[in-house]
Amino acid sequence: MSIKDLNRSLWVFHVNTGSCNGCDIEIVAALTPRYDAERFGVKLVGTPRHADVLLVTGPVTKDMKDKLKRVYDQTPDPKVVMSIGNCGNSGGCFYESYNIDGPIDKVVPVDVYVAGCPPRPEAIIDGVVKAWKKLEDLEAKK
Amino acid sequence: MLEKKKDADGDTSYSISVGPVHPALKEPVKLNMSIEGEKVTGVDFELSQVHRGVEWMGTRRNPIQIMFLAERICGICNICHIMAFSKAVENAAGIEVPARASYIRTIAAELERIHSHVLWAGVAAHELGFDSVMHYTWKLRENVLDTIEYLTGNRITKAIVTIGGVRRDIHEKQVPRLKETTDYYLKSFDKLGKIFLKDPVVKSRCRDTGILTKKEALVTCAVGPTARASGVRKDIRVDETYAAYPELDMKPMMPDMVTGETRGDVYDRIITRLLEVKQSAEIINDCLNQMPEGKIVYEEKIPKLLAELKGVEGEGTGRLEAPRGEVFHYVKMVGEDSPYAWKVRAPTYNNMLAWVPMLMNEQIADIPIIAASIDPCMSCTNRAVVAGKTSSILTQENLHRLSVEKTRKIREALK
Ligand code: SF4
Repeated sequence: MSIKDLNRSLWVFHVNTGSCNGCDIEIVAALTPRYDAERFGVKLVGTPRHADVLLVTGPVTKDMKDKLKRVYDQTPDPKVVMSIGNCGNSGGCFYESYNIDGPIDKVVPVDVYVAGCPPRPEAIIDGVVKAWKKLEDLEAKK
Repeated sequence: MLEKKKDADGDTSYSISVGPVHPALKEPVKLNMSIEGEKVTGVDFELSQVHRGVEWMGTRRNPIQIMFLAERICGICNICHIMAFSKAVENAAGIEVPARASYIRTIAAELERIHSHVLWAGVAAHELGFDSVMHYTWKLRENVLDTIEYLTGNRITKAIVTIGGVRRDIHEKQVPRLKETTDYYLKSFDKLGKIFLKDPVVKSRCRDTGILTKKEALVTCAVGPTARASGVRKDIRVDETYAAYPELDMKPMMPDMVTGETRGDVYDRIITRLLEVKQSAEIINDCLNQMPEGKIVYEEKIPKLLAELKGVEGEGTGRLEAPRGEVFHYVKMVGEDSPYAWKVRAPTYNNMLAWVPMLMNEQIADIPIIAASIDPCMSCTNRAVVAGKTSSILTQENLHRLSVEKTRKIREALK
């Protein structure tokens, strides 16, 4: 995939489902000048209704489970869900907690997993590129 | 979500709830506010969205495993949790930390303070509607992250502190790089000061906004920069002896050092944090100059350390000054693998109570910057609140939009 293939800007919405913030600040770091994913048009938006990609972090606490589901439902199709960080992928160090209903793929379908606790911004950008590819495949199918 | 209410006199008031998923909030928390016109007349908040049961999990793991968990209480100020936990265990077991390790801990903690405060400055700028300033400050922040990575191997969760000392030494070769970083922040302090303290728009939005008087700060038990900005002289680094701080010459940073007065508003909180960035850079320089040689950890072999900790019976506490205020850890050991009890109290727990006096009678458009001005950290606070209530989800962009609009209006008016 090369830059030429990108036919539009990708808008992302970030949902924190009980993360420790480590992944969340790395997501913002990926968008700010050093890594600057914004130069490709990747933009953090304020509502899921505008988003193409959901960036989900955290092990999904009981409280956030239905909220995550609702955010998922509010995101227009075609959409791609990224699970960022080990605790969202597998529970990570919170695996045995009594208050989590995760990992994320137990609650909503996940397309791209980014490993790391927290993953580096480069890894997150790599994940976004994969999500982009997937989104274009989904759109081609439509 | 808006809800209309009529009181006995027939006056209409509205209640709005903000969160838990909301663009003005970086983390899930729910704020419920009553408003009359543009004025906030009642404030309440609901926690528990980020509760992961960390303390409970801690009682099922051994102290070395808990260190991993303690770092994941909060990704931003992770070092203070692991340090407070180690301190509590050291306190219970009577372990002495070597002097060099104390210095390295201090350096790591101050690097973290720089990163946390600069990050906060970016968030505050974003809440005011200055996104270019946010990007600028986050660019500034990358320098300290690189240095943290250079010293510890990780950008965010540093994993440098261990029970009885630290895991990595600072070599002679690494010192110039650290000094470069401190120079960089001493220099950018002036630039940040110009942006945040001299800009007329920032000033008129933050001056006399979200006031917390000294009395209110004492009543709500505010801690850290939030308390200091209201004129309460408390800084655990000075009040309590830990790490290398007793050997350093330092005093709490108060806003009146710059302006000659203390108003306890958002502006004062900005001043306090900026001063602390400078102070942290100076502390690191001092530490590098007077760091003694010697061992860096009490016991290198982890199985041996664990065997020793297994025999410990007793209680210990660890208290220290995190970027947001006082962190307190309590550990009770009963001669078993895992501690019998582990209790954590993070600074946002206290500072959130200060939201109520700060937000009262303020305008709706000022909610984002006032809420952000205590530098809230939900992942720290939500460890031990029992979950139960479900609340409705809100994804209004209105608040942030209002805030941006207000900035724009002020900018026009000042032209
Ligand atoms: S994966 Fe690790 S760093 Fe990321 S939110 Fe979870 S615990 Fe924090």
